[in-house]
Amino acid sequence: MARITLQKLAHSYMPHPKSEADFALKELNHVWEDGRAYALLGASGCGKTTLLNIISGLVRPSQGRVLFGDRDVTDAPTAERNIAQVFQFPVVYDTMTVEDNLAFPLRNRGMDPAYIHTRVQQIARMIGMEEVLKRKARGLTADAKQKISLGRGMVREDVNAILFDEPLTVIDPHMKWELRTQLKSLHQQFGHTMIYVTHDQTEALTFADRVVVMHDGRVVQIGTPQELFETPAHTFVGYFIGSPGMNLFDATVEGRFATVAGQQIDLGLDYGRPLGRVQLGVRPEYVALTDEPSGLPVRVNRIEDVGRHRIVRADFDGRPVNAIAHEGQAVSPAMGRLVFAPGHINVYADDWRLQGRAA
Amino acid sequence: MNKTVNQKAWFLVLPVLVLVAFSAVIPLMTVVNYSVQDTFGNNDFFWAGFDWFDEMIHSDRLHAALGRQVLFSAIILAIEVPLGIFIALNMPKKGFWSSVTLVLMALPLLIPWNVVGTIWQIFGRVDIGLLGHALASLGFDYNYTNDALDAWATVIVMDVWHWTSLVALLCYAGLQSIPQAYYQAARIDQATRWKVFRYIELPKMSGVLLIAILLRFMDSFMIYTEPFVVTGGGPGNATTFLSIDLVKMAVGQFDLGPAAAFSIMYFLVILLVSWVFYTVMTNFDKEEGL
Repeated sequence: MARITLQKLAHSYMPHPKSEADFALKELNHVWEDGRAYALLGASGCGKTTLLNIISGLVRPSQGRVLFGDRDVTDAPTAERNIAQVFQFPVVYDTMTVEDNLAFPLRNRGMDPAYIHTRVQQIARMIGMEEVLKRKARGLTADAKQKISLGRGMVREDVNAILFDEPLTVIDPHMKWELRTQLKSLHQQFGHTMIYVTHDQTEALTFADRVVVMHDGRVVQIGTPQELFETPAHTFVGYFIGSPGMNLFDATVEGRFATVAGQQIDLGLDYGRPLGRVQLGVRPEYVALTDEPSGLPVRVNRIEDVGRHRIVRADFDGRPVNAIAHEGQAVSPAMGRLVFAPGHINVYADDWRLQGRAA
Repeated sequence: MNKTVNQKAWFLVLPVLVLVAFSAVIPLMTVVNYSVQDTFGNNDFFWAGFDWFDEMIHSDRLHAALGRQVLFSAIILAIEVPLGIFIALNMPKKGFWSSVTLVLMALPLLIPWNVVGTIWQIFGRVDIGLLGHALASLGFDYNYTNDALDAWATVIVMDVWHWTSLVALLCYAGLQSIPQAYYQAARIDQATRWKVFRYIELPKMSGVLLIAILLRFMDSFMIYTEPFVVTGGGPGNATTFLSIDLVKMAVGQFDLGPAAAFSIMYFLVILLVSWVFYTVMTNFDKEEGL
């Protein structure tokens, strides 16, 4: 086990990248602390899998270095890195039995047969496949095959890290929940560094203690689920995490006051005079519908009851706005004003979050 | 559930019946017809029962031809299948060179049989052929017209040259369908090259490989034109395979009865062996799946 450091890492699939747009993965520096569970979250095609493949050595980065502990492994083959990786679609060796599949990585490393036997039993119990150990993997369902893949990923105890590339895509929702919980408890039990790629925020937030959000080949924020929720560093994080995502309003900001469509809003902190495209970001959770005369004038389109709370879909200045009303909070389509909870307004200039000073 | 009974629906099967009758059953029946009759000329036929079959089953000539045929098919399968797999594994997977190799590999398959025969017939001649003359000048005693072993070697090399591409192309298609993730997983699992072949590539190729083996078996078992053009079945009867022998019997000696009986048995043998191949290989598959 080791700390994994990425130094000035960047990757392009083109032989001679010219501009930044040619890079699938833009320059990034990051340290994956030993023993942590990370989620790598982002929309499809944002460079998550590329990053993962660079760590496991399946892809060599065009620039920068990868360090395991203090050792530079940028050019080291996958075998030397001692990494386990589980892929999006199940990869099983069809002609082998389930048992042989699970034992395969251990046998390839020449482990002691007695150890292999007990370890395979242990893993089989964990993924719930003890009954079918002697069966050929060929006829199994996609679910079962993916469980074998997961098991094969976890069978080696001494790995530097276990990488998961959207491993639960093919698993049905009920099983998904169960496997995710198992992975989490496994992480607590063995303390491997785990990096879990997903585009599903629930999966990311429940699995990881650190979430790395990627957008367009760039890491836009690294933080705890709480940080991502409260203070998204980039408008993409605000929009991507949360359901519905963060509301954004074009605004002009001066000191501690913002003007949105002629309405002045007190931000509580001093933001100076930001340049570029300035936006206010407020999560629907911190937006309340009211009939008092203050606040932004809106037209309510509909109110969706999703059980735990209601989502108010409204229209402000021709743009959609969402608010979440908790149980007991009175809302009606007749209410025409929105107010923001003080202290929960983020200010963005050209999509990046600004830090306010106490005024 | 009530099903409507409408016997007129049988008429819908009629086109298929007619088609199969004209394409297979009726032509075959003429052979069957000859196989159970005898004639002394004047288009005067009389019933011979299973005499021809009896004679053919005990004919040394047929046994010898069958033996040569089996040996020939076994040899070319033993060479072409591993060689084809090996070539497929080493073909470029993408880019400009993959197209070039594909076209090059496909070329031999496009040449008509008797042209292939003619090419090798001339190529192997000691007086003017590039191969034959070169071998002779190097001091090898090579002459396919009077040495049985040389004749066999020539016919086999010719078949390998002509048909290995088919096996290679089929295997190549099978290999191309393997998702990249399998190779990546194998690298993660630290599988050796041999294990990647044994546990990933070979199982994924087994479907196309079955087709390749069946096609090559049937084709080689029925081979006629190429050896006929090169050696004419000689020296002696050394390269007289089943169909060459059959043509000699039917067209050369005009022994229609025995030739017809021979044809039917030939057909049944091919059918039987193909069926055995198919069953063995698909069952092998199933067992693996248990």
